[in-house]
Amino acid sequence: MKTIKTSVLLCAAWTSTMMLSTVPVNAQEDQFITVVSWGGSYARSSVKAYHERFVEETGIQIKLDEYNGGLAQVRAQVETGNVSWDVVDMEAGDALLGCDEGLLETVDYETLPPAPDGTPATQDFLDVYDVECGAKNLVYSTVYAYNDTRFPEQKPATMADFFDLEKFPGRRGMRRAPNANLEFALVADGVPSARVYELLSTEEGIARAFRKLDTVKNQVVWWEAGAQPPQMLADGEVVMSTAYNGRIFNAWALENQPLTIVWDGQLLAFGYQVIVAGTPKLELARQFVAFATSTESLANLTRYISYGPLRHSSLALVDKHLETGIDMEPHLPNAPQNISNAVLEDPEWWADNQDEMNERFAAWLVK
Amino acid sequence: MLNKARTGAILLALPLTAFILVTFVAPLGSMFMRSLYDPLVADIMPETLAALEEWDGTGLPAEQVYALAARELGLAREEKTIGRLATRLNRDTSGMRSVIMRSGRALKRAGDAPWSETLPDINPAWGEADIWQALVRTGARVTPIYYLNALDLTLDSDGGVVRQPEDRRIYGTLFIKTIRVSLVITLLCLAIGYPVAWLIAHSPPRMSRMLLVLVLVPFWTSLLVRTTSWIVLLQQQGVVNDLLVRVGIVADEQRLTMIHNMTGTLVAMTHVLLPFMILPIYSVMRGIPAVQMQAAMSLGANWPRAFRQVYLPQSLPGVGAGCLLVFILAIGYYITPALVGGQSGQLISNFIAYHIQTSLNWGLAAALGCVLFVAVLLLFLLYDRVLGLDRMRLGA
Repeated sequence: MKTIKTSVLLCAAWTSTMMLSTVPVNAQEDQFITVVSWGGSYARSSVKAYHERFVEETGIQIKLDEYNGGLAQVRAQVETGNVSWDVVDMEAGDALLGCDEGLLETVDYETLPPAPDGTPATQDFLDVYDVECGAKNLVYSTVYAYNDTRFPEQKPATMADFFDLEKFPGRRGMRRAPNANLEFALVADGVPSARVYELLSTEEGIARAFRKLDTVKNQVVWWEAGAQPPQMLADGEVVMSTAYNGRIFNAWALENQPLTIVWDGQLLAFGYQVIVAGTPKLELARQFVAFATSTESLANLTRYISYGPLRHSSLALVDKHLETGIDMEPHLPNAPQNISNAVLEDPEWWADNQDEMNERFAAWLVK
Repeated sequence: MLNKARTGAILLALPLTAFILVTFVAPLGSMFMRSLYDPLVADIMPETLAALEEWDGTGLPAEQVYALAARELGLAREEKTIGRLATRLNRDTSGMRSVIMRSGRALKRAGDAPWSETLPDINPAWGEADIWQALVRTGARVTPIYYLNALDLTLDSDGGVVRQPEDRRIYGTLFIKTIRVSLVITLLCLAIGYPVAWLIAHSPPRMSRMLLVLVLVPFWTSLLVRTTSWIVLLQQQGVVNDLLVRVGIVADEQRLTMIHNMTGTLVAMTHVLLPFMILPIYSVMRGIPAVQMQAAMSLGANWPRAFRQVYLPQSLPGVGAGCLLVFILAIGYYITPALVGGQSGQLISNFIAYHIQTSLNWGLAAALGCVLFVAVLLLFLLYDRVLGLDRMRLGA
């Protein structure tokens, strides 16, 4: 009887050691999450800034995918119950709508890591637009930039200069969408940056914005993709263009293009890490989001690209661009000297008015 | 025996039939359904809508309607369907999204009868007839609204069909522009392609092979590469302008604008679609014996007459096939016009893509698609009536 018991125990012990020795290895190989980001230099920067470290520290593999914004794929995945994306890097408007429609998991800031000095995450994150389903990630900005060689004497300095064809003649690049253009037009027309959306909520405000756009319309080259403006500026196709600040920084710092950013009237917008509702890898996804929005990860990103971190503790750690040694602080959209006349994007206003503005913008274009 | 062969033929065609049903007919059918059938609001607020049937459409509905609306909004919030409802209403009237979402949130915290006072307290929009009219409009399961919108029409507060306000009319202009641009591109392709096809068909074999390769190599090159190459060539600081300035035809300050406008769209799209014109014409021309022209001329016709009476009619089936191919491809292209078309580069397909991918207004996208489909079908029938489909040939 005793021998049987012993052998059973031995057997159990043997099996459990076998399981212990094999299971973790298998788990490491099987465990992966799909992280979806914007591609290009931004995705490369996040890989270097924190994806690699995450894989190293947790053993969870990351499958990187790309998208161009929008909710179409997320919606399709959630509706068919076939969720293959786990974490998505999203803009505020999409995160807001996705949250409303139940396509995204809510994020609990209590579970995000505190700052190195112990400040809880709830207080460490900047007090910018809150989305129930998004962990605050970074701040990016739509600005305008000009080609230095085209203005040897007087340089454009304000948003009004962008719309001033007499003082600064030459073609302008603008995104073929109402977004940012309406805000820029009002700022250039003398509206204080804090009152832009208040005005856009009135019929006169919208008409005023379009009237201002009218003044440059026949000098505008419209762009679609974020990669176009630096190219058009470098080619001399336009003398100034609206653009995403990170793209201009890269063209200037890495490719030595003579481009200068004008921060006056810039449109600040925020990026979030969200988790797709119904992912079978919820815990791993949460682990990744916590890691990606930690003080260190956010600060690290600024070593590769000029997007600002949304944590106070990360701002203090901002240092130099890794490749060129350029001091990064002055190139972040939320650096104090850059935000004096910044417009904060209002995702609620855009969520309410995007469809109508698109139609009016398209009708205005063909007029 | 005959029956057996027939069964065999049917069995052989079965995979193709199934393939077409699954990948073509079914998606097309479901898109068509979406353009007419929209049960979203009706499913989320059935009782409110039923109660609203007794409302006269002006003034405010009764307390009972308010109570039902509050209850169903609360339910929608719990079931997370409220976001969809908000998006759908916002498409009808801008600003409804935030009214619905905020009301849903506020209802969770507070709220008591009388609801006809509580709801307007939460958001003043509930105290106006607009939101109730919007609910009634969007509450119909079968709705013409997407087709109306696709034709720049809309429903007014009484349910009558009216034109959209002037600054929101876009699709009508776009449909006409899309068809016009496609026709111009087809004609350009024909004007360039016909002589090229002639040259390939009637050159000595070596020369003809080389010419054919010259047509095919761009055909095999990525569409994006070909499109962006035109940007490099035609932009203001580009190769063509540089050349013109150096030769002295154009002053440096007055460089030509050849890209990011209609010129750019026409040039790039004609180039991209040219092989689709040349190849069918060429393959038909190859079957026309060269001796016929010689015979015609030896019988006294001069070259133009011989060409017109002997050669041209025989090459027409290829011309028809080429024109139809180019036209139908052109009508659906949107990457090229988006990249090189600038202000005027938005064609109807860009908007269909936008509503499918970004605004997620699949009903409108489906309606736009169906209108385009019908327009192309009509042109197709016109073509059949004038030139005859049975005469079209893709090869000799």
